[in-house]
Amino acid sequence: MSASTTQAGSRATDRTGSGTGPEDRAQVLRQDRKKNRIGYNIAGLAVFVVMAFPVYWLIISSLRPNHEIRSYDQTLWPSSLTFDNFQRAVNQPNFGTAIQSSLIICGVAVLGGMLLATIAAFAIARFRFRGRKFFMIVLLAVQLLPPTAMLIPIYIQLNDLGGLNEYWGVIVIYLVSTLPFATWMIRGFVINIPPELEESAMVDGCSRMGAFWRVTFPLLAPGLAAAAIFSLITAWNEYLLAYVVLQDNDKYTLNVWLMNFTTSRGIDYGALMAASTLIAIPVVAFFLLVQKYMATGLTSGAVKG
Amino acid sequence: MSAADMKAADPPVTVARVTEGSGAQPPRGVPRRPRRTAGALLPYLLIAPAFVAIAAVFAWPLVKTVIMSFQDVGRRELWTGEAAPWVGFEQFTNILGDGEFWSVVWRTVIFMVVCVVATMAIGLGIAMLMQRMDTWVRLLLTAALIAAWSMPLLVATSIFRWFADSDYGVLNMVLSKYLGVDAQGHNWFLDPVQGFVIIGAVVVWGAVPFVSVTLYAALTQVPRELEEAAALDGAGVAGVFRYVTWPVIKPVFQMVATLSVLWDFNVFGQIFLIRGNKPEPEYTVLGIYSFEKAFESNSFSQGAAISLITVLLLSGVAVYYLRQLLKIGEVE
Repeated sequence: MSASTTQAGSRATDRTGSGTGPEDRAQVLRQDRKKNRIGYNIAGLAVFVVMAFPVYWLIISSLRPNHEIRSYDQTLWPSSLTFDNFQRAVNQPNFGTAIQSSLIICGVAVLGGMLLATIAAFAIARFRFRGRKFFMIVLLAVQLLPPTAMLIPIYIQLNDLGGLNEYWGVIVIYLVSTLPFATWMIRGFVINIPPELEESAMVDGCSRMGAFWRVTFPLLAPGLAAAAIFSLITAWNEYLLAYVVLQDNDKYTLNVWLMNFTTSRGIDYGALMAASTLIAIPVVAFFLLVQKYMATGLTSGAVKG
Repeated sequence: MSAADMKAADPPVTVARVTEGSGAQPPRGVPRRPRRTAGALLPYLLIAPAFVAIAAVFAWPLVKTVIMSFQDVGRRELWTGEAAPWVGFEQFTNILGDGEFWSVVWRTVIFMVVCVVATMAIGLGIAMLMQRMDTWVRLLLTAALIAAWSMPLLVATSIFRWFADSDYGVLNMVLSKYLGVDAQGHNWFLDPVQGFVIIGAVVVWGAVPFVSVTLYAALTQVPRELEEAAALDGAGVAGVFRYVTWPVIKPVFQMVATLSVLWDFNVFGQIFLIRGNKPEPEYTVLGIYSFEKAFESNSFSQGAAISLITVLLLSGVAVYYLRQLLKIGEVE
């Protein structure tokens, strides 16, 4: 990687060396490159500051004493660090039940989604059948549907089925919303496992599915973990459906709990930032684990938005 | 991915079962399979649960949206379960004849265009910068990009709301203290243009990491020799980019841009949350418009009709995106 960037750096200066011999030219380039790199590095650091500052401000505000939060003179570094904001945040009513709701809803949705996604991914990766391409296009196309547009009919449907204000209503929707992307992603992993492994298991007497579960499935573990984490992040970040469907305070998910943070007399920014930090920590941790697979996201439809 | 496909279909060398000459036959063609019909049904059985689930949660609501937009579903129909009366095209004529709807559409389109152009320009700029900077700076920048990328929308919006707070926000503080503008106590959301600048900042800040990381990956695919040859032949920086770099990254750029169009047109959460779950009329974009019609005014059919119009407006973009995917052989 460093070799390629070296060349990239030199490329920008190539014009300056015209008219000199190859050796001189190389000499000139090397010096120029050094100088030019500094400009790019400074620009890069400026971009770093802009991108990182909101995250920094989130963390630092959550640790700042409240009198500094409510001050006209915000400082870059707090005079002292305190966990008061976190204390006020977790003492807000329904914090415990919100964690519980989020864990139940996201956990069940992800487990169910992974099961359906794995067997469907196996089918489209290992078999050639009529309608396979159609199914794959459906998987991609549904990810492009605007979620807010689907909200109204889903709400009406859940109302008809008695799913409003119930965990299962939200679980079913989360499960299926994460399904297309998870299927697509797992398919990519299945393709990379040689089918010969399954074939030899079948020669040794395994059934088609037996070969998959006993041979391919264990090899798929890292891919499944990555897909599960993606689904988990998606479900964990969802707020609108939960906001509309869940009505009891003690059924709110963490996100709905956070949304209702600001409505009571003014905004306690210290506590809001502390609560936001708490919600973001698991997401960031999991995101780091699967970040390298994000490239798949480009060609597989919506990942975030 | 298509390369992996081909690898998966390569002739298996060591496995003894291969008897027929063409090794490119996928594993389905195991010879001497006793029950052919059962084997042919298996893939359908495997995709059936996922297919049914997707049909129930994506396809049926879409159908339901169409049905509802020709009815009049209000609060009464919702709670009593009474059959909603059919009203034909009334919802559509009402909506399309409403001046407010058209101003909402324009607002959405303008916001989308500005955000997409800003996101793509900044994203490409960062990607090209990443190619040229030292490794340690790039690692640092990548870490910041990933941190920004992973921030939940809800959290990101809270942060920017806190930035723009009229009393204690850091934005007003910096403006008044260091830039000599009297912004103390300035409310950014009184003027919707200023408000949309803040909202656009949340959107762009959240979208730039994906764009720049993806475009950086595409840029590393550009053959160095070609760039160098072009430069030696006298092409300037712009010329190298125009004739060597751009053709290579163009497909990726187009797809990322298309996704950005879809995402930014459907912007909802950033506006909804930054305005405290109750956006003022000046902040209404299409998604919020349909949401409010349905859940604030309890006119679910109007909301559904607006959603349907949104889906139709975007379907062209979605089809374009899918065609791009098919063209690069992703669906194989």
